[in-house]
Amino acid sequence: MRSTANAPTGYGATAIALHWVIALAIFAAFGLGLYMTGIPGLTPTKLKLYSWHKWLGVTIFAVAVLRVLWRATHAAPPVAPGTPAWQARAAAGAHHLLYLLIVIVPISGYLYSSAAGVPVVYLGLWKMPALLEKNDELKEVLKFVHIWLNYLMAAVVVVHAAAAVKHQFVDRDGTLGRMLPFLR
Amino acid sequence: MKRNSRRGSLVIAAVLAASGIAANLAWAQVDAAKSSVTAVARQIGVPMEGKFKKFDAAVSFDPAKLATSSAKVEIDVSSFEIGDAETTKEVKGKDWFDAAKYPKAVFQSTSIKNGTPGKYDVAGKLTIKGKTVDVVVPATYRQEGAVQVFEGALPIKRTVFNIGDGEWKDTSVVADDVQIKFRIVLAKK
Repeated sequence: MRSTANAPTGYGATAIALHWVIALAIFAAFGLGLYMTGIPGLTPTKLKLYSWHKWLGVTIFAVAVLRVLWRATHAAPPVAPGTPAWQARAAAGAHHLLYLLIVIVPISGYLYSSAAGVPVVYLGLWKMPALLEKNDELKEVLKFVHIWLNYLMAAVVVVHAAAAVKHQFVDRDGTLGRMLPFLR
Repeated sequence: MKRNSRRGSLVIAAVLAASGIAANLAWAQVDAAKSSVTAVARQIGVPMEGKFKKFDAAVSFDPAKLATSSAKVEIDVSSFEIGDAETTKEVKGKDWFDAAKYPKAVFQSTSIKNGTPGKYDVAGKLTIKGKTVDVVVPATYRQEGAVQVFEGALPIKRTVFNIGDGEWKDTSVVADDVQIKFRIVLAKK
């Protein structure tokens, strides 16, 4: 397994760990978000799930910022030889969009919570600053923004994962192995 | 909205007639715009502040005549608003205030004594959701011209009043400790 941060043909261990930690956390937060918003009325379970969702979001934001900084200072490996130029451009575009989304999706949720007048208390212990005053109109706008940024992210993730599967089973060019070392 | 303190005014009229001193004991009206009664609860560490938009207070208070001073506050619990519409609806419902069955929360003083410097200990009976508990409310008092201002905070345990019944009894979600904060401004007439 390659573990040097700048390995030209693969991602380093740090980049791989950041990728999968964020991927799993986002899957959990996304599923939780869909489930909790479907609970009718107000119940203790619903309040708990909302708190967990927000804590996950704050955690994702922090790790995502680290990840963007890591990526900015560590080159990604080049695409597999023979990849058509449009695919290389599409991959780079999707990656940039995902880097953007993993940062702004949590921000949109945090602002939504602020506008709803509910401060985020991380892990139930640390009260985080409300970045907006309570504002019902803004709350509705941010709810919409948070939801649709999530659907956009889900759509890009589907394309991203489909491309990885295609590289693995159609092109058999080792692209997926760069992010999943046990495939190598 | 302004409401008269009918009951208080009778007491005051009697005192006035007896003493002839009008200084601090006078027919008073709650200045609803400047007064407030709020409750702060915490859900998983998150403070949630709700406001009772309708209440009435009948207060006759003279710092020199604590023995004859008294206070009664009546709160219309269906006027409570907290967070969003869904939360407000839940909190007025059966498990919480059950506002349909118990429309009023009432505090009636039984004695007023000097407390820590600058504060008065207002002992009395607090009734919420049909349950009456003896409490001592620490309150500050100041007079600004013709206006009397009372402020204070009373910590209560919500479960004592069965506020948050059923699955809400779990105090790890909504904490047992609730802070009732008040600011009552009375305009003398």
